[in-house]
Amino acid sequence: MRLGRGIRCLFVDLFEYQARDLLASHGVPVLPGGVAETPEQAEAIAREIAAPVVVKAQVKTGGRGKAGGVKLADDADAARDRAQDILGLDIKGHITHRVMVAQASDIAEEYYFSYLLDRSNRTFLAMASVEGGVEIEQLAVERPEALARIPIDATTGVDTAKATEIVDAAGFPAAVRDQVIAIAVQLWDVFAKEDATLVEVNPLAKAPDGTVLALDAKVTLDENAGFRHTEHAALEDAASADPLEAAAKEKDLNYVKLEGEVGIIGNGAGLVMSTLDVVAYAGEEFGGVKPANFLDIGGGASADVMANGLHIILSDPAVKSVFVNVFGGITACDAVANGIVHALGILGDEATKPLVVRLDGNNVEEGRRILAEANHPLVTVVDTMDGAARRAAELASS
Amino acid sequence: MSIFLNENSKVIVQGMTGSEGRKHTQRMLASGTAIVGGVNPKKAGQSVDFDGASVPVFGGVAEAMKETGADVTVIFVPPAGAKNAVIEAVDAQIPLAVVITEGIPVHDSTYAWAHAQGGSTRIIGPNCPGLISPGRSNAGIIPANITKQGSIGLVSKSGTLTYQMMYELRDIGFSTAVGIGGDPVIGTTHIDCLQAFQDDPETEAIVMIGEIGGDAEERAADFIKANVTKPVVGYVAGFTAPEGKTMGHAGAIVSGSSGTAQAKQEALEAAGVRVGKTPSETARLMREIVGA
Repeated sequence: MRLGRGIRCLFVDLFEYQARDLLASHGVPVLPGGVAETPEQAEAIAREIAAPVVVKAQVKTGGRGKAGGVKLADDADAARDRAQDILGLDIKGHITHRVMVAQASDIAEEYYFSYLLDRSNRTFLAMASVEGGVEIEQLAVERPEALARIPIDATTGVDTAKATEIVDAAGFPAAVRDQVIAIAVQLWDVFAKEDATLVEVNPLAKAPDGTVLALDAKVTLDENAGFRHTEHAALEDAASADPLEAAAKEKDLNYVKLEGEVGIIGNGAGLVMSTLDVVAYAGEEFGGVKPANFLDIGGGASADVMANGLHIILSDPAVKSVFVNVFGGITACDAVANGIVHALGILGDEATKPLVVRLDGNNVEEGRRILAEANHPLVTVVDTMDGAARRAAELASS
Repeated sequence: MSIFLNENSKVIVQGMTGSEGRKHTQRMLASGTAIVGGVNPKKAGQSVDFDGASVPVFGGVAEAMKETGADVTVIFVPPAGAKNAVIEAVDAQIPLAVVITEGIPVHDSTYAWAHAQGGSTRIIGPNCPGLISPGRSNAGIIPANITKQGSIGLVSKSGTLTYQMMYELRDIGFSTAVGIGGDPVIGTTHIDCLQAFQDDPETEAIVMIGEIGGDAEERAADFIKANVTKPVVGYVAGFTAPEGKTMGHAGAIVSGSSGTAQAKQEALEAAGVRVGKTPSETARLMREIVGA
């Protein structure tokens, strides 16, 4: 989650199979299964399970079932065929690169259980319901009383007593109460020890024999905690990342690819978001050109980082002009201007698209003087953010 | 007057002996802040020289407070140690802890916040530029030479947008500018700052800067409607940021808000706040209000 709901906090959504493995490693009961990238692998997993299986598309979006991404298979041959059908499927713009093959289970009852960060109240929250399997947002709106919400003190967490409080608040039936309490403690273990911001099991299912299992799970991990979870790096979805985003990540740049024509570089997440907005407004006058990316080079804005950033943006074929928007704070504008000139020197012939530069802040006159003196044919200096956005949009539309 | 920080503030720096801490302590001293000590258990008893000013290093926050009368701590401790640094500051009952550190795990921030409940410490941040009462004191990394003392109060989630707005209105000046940080869990909120600016006789008008995510701006709008009589202008960044991968769907259920810039702007306007479309337009709106 790099943009949208929190550009500053890097949260990583896991695939279902990754979430399942993580839950299992903390003792949460799940069904036997595995992940396959080819129909043959799917067949092998199904053969090992030796029972009817369900083949599920691994994509980070909802509505898989309706899109044909979840199929039952009675035997290994059928599992291979179903995997063949599902692999490559486009589900709401997400291409299916993997399927999970799991033992099919009859379900007697479906429940819902989650732990999450409650940002508004600056605490953690447990949510649980005996009406699982459905769209939980819908349940929350239509029958809020059916969804128990219990705040959790971050300093004490969830022990058996707290888990019992949650489970009883949701009204779990006596037959499964003890099992769900144990699972609630295990799920907290996942949430706390893995530095998750969300652990959601839907459905938490009762099989006909009375066993309670986590049938599907969503887990979101906090990338800021990566320093104490080196194993989490392997869970990132390098395969389906945008190639430019992957290249930027390698250079430690906070870059997100968007669908537009004006490349954007700025310092500070808020200023860059603001820059996207100002460019989009300006673009309305010029045939609807839009920002091509988000790129925050951080407060420092050094020459090397500027060069790396420009390199990424100029290698985006959709980019027609670039808007460099920097506020010189701790790093004054003269240093930023030198950085831009130096970066263009490093890039040489690679720099082929017009750059509109707006500098403000400390030593702005000196910064503008340096750029004027360098007199680079591609660089236009515009004094205001609004004016510079307009110029960049105009250049991108011509 | 100013809010939270004034000419009498005595500031210590946790993590002063690290490279960031040292660099910014130097800058804070240069802008006239009374830096009375640093904290590093491994270097207790030593002192650090900043262009002739010798700043003593103490083994802990409580000891530093006892020896110097410090009432503000600025924390530059790296993410892995930041939680314990905040807990130490809270346990020492220092009135103000400003957490500059970026990249603190949200479980640690949430724990530290829970630990601080019932205590007497105001936490600002984490992942924030700190606060400045121009001409009086500067606790954090906000450039001190953008503007001067004046009548505007500023509260912002974003660092560089704080600097930008201070620059746009530099001829009018600011009582205090507070960068509260954009992390999901922060200490001091927009509402806390709005209340303090409302109560501060020197502050005549308030600029509030928000951005997509969470529901802090919507809550602030409700608060303004009920409690703030001083003029407020607002700016919200992130109208064109695409919707991110959401935190499952559970997150939206909890906040009850879509978290979009549009929703925030509408909430603020409904509370009588004039919201600028760009930072420059926001500054113009403020100029109309203060007649400058």
